Amino acid sequence: MHETDMTKALILTVKDWWESQPDRPTISHVYLTVGQFTCVEPASLQFSFEVQTRQTFLDGAKLVIQETPLIAFCHHCQQEYHPEIGIHYACPTCQSPMDDIRSGRELKIDRLEYTSQPPIPLP
Amino acid sequence: MHQTFDAALEINLLHANQQGADHNRSHFDEWGITCLNVMSSPGAGKTALLERTLAELNHELRMAVIEGDMTTELDADRLRQYNVPVIAINTGRSCHLDARMVAGGIHQFAHQYNPSDFDLVFVENVGNLVCPAKFEVGEHAKVALLSVTEGEDKPLKYPVMFQEADCLLITKLDLAPYLDVKLDRIVENVRQMNSHVTIIPVSAKTGEGLSQWFDWIRSSLSHYTMQNLPISASMSLGG
Repeated sequence: MHETDMTKALILTVKDWWESQPDRPTISHVYLTVGQFTCVEPASLQFSFEVQTRQTFLDGAKLVIQETPLIAFCHHCQQEYHPEIGIHYACPTCQSPMDDIRSGRELKIDRLEYTSQPPIPLP
Repeated sequence: MHQTFDAALEINLLHANQQGADHNRSHFDEWGITCLNVMSSPGAGKTALLERTLAELNHELRMAVIEGDMTTELDADRLRQYNVPVIAINTGRSCHLDARMVAGGIHQFAHQYNPSDFDLVFVENVGNLVCPAKFEVGEHAKVALLSVTEGEDKPLKYPVMFQEADCLLITKLDLAPYLDVKLDRIVENVRQMNSHVTIIPVSAKTGEGLSQWFDWIRSSLSHYTMQNLPISASMSLGG
């Protein structure tokens, strides 16, 4: 199950950000975009995230995943199309190869939601 | 009192791995080495292909192998017979090599040998058609293998691997006459998602197609090796 390793990679990346923050805030939500043309299964990612973040700086944080569909653009027909994963990737009209993927390859951490103590005003 | 904030990251989930891969690649560039990441399902013939490659190009190129395997050193031992440095990395439960593991291998390699003496490093990835495609290790190009015994539909089922490949070797060509497999159909399925990939049918057993594979290696060497890069004195290993 490679989502375990994907999650490790995700946690490392978020940790880099967290460690760069002077007050080490509490992260409540991690928002991801995951494309359908990746090898990542969102449900497995959720499970791995829950297990791997226990008793870490991300303990209790929620993973919110937005999936994006596979959309390609055919330059010959000058139109977008939805390749059928596992069945057919070439343009359904002219059979040109799927050379230009416009959506579906995303594996992105969009944003983090976190709580932080407001700075104590100087006397 | 706590306040809620929002930080827009907009970064790749595999950012940390990507950074590691870029770092590895910068070492290869500095040494004038081309690195090829060899990937396939288990049993497609990666080790057999490398055996023939090491044996036949040994007089021409200085090569080394970083050999990824989940548990054993069986493949590494096979390749060691060809008198090239073979660094074995056990991934444990992980089904692919990542940049950090390969950095460990590079470190060992640089410790034991003078890397500037080498032209080419093969990374033999763990047998798996899914994960290795997404975890870059610092390679200049990706070489995927698909054996004729695996069937024509694999590119459709595992599209990410075939979409990312720079070179695809259709292996075990000597077995094709015994199977109901159409090479044209494999090529057609791959071309649907990757019109640029170089496709070479080969047999490590009979040697068929290997000269084209060796030509592809030679062309990739001249393409990716940046011998004239200024050597950065501040560059350090690890990281």
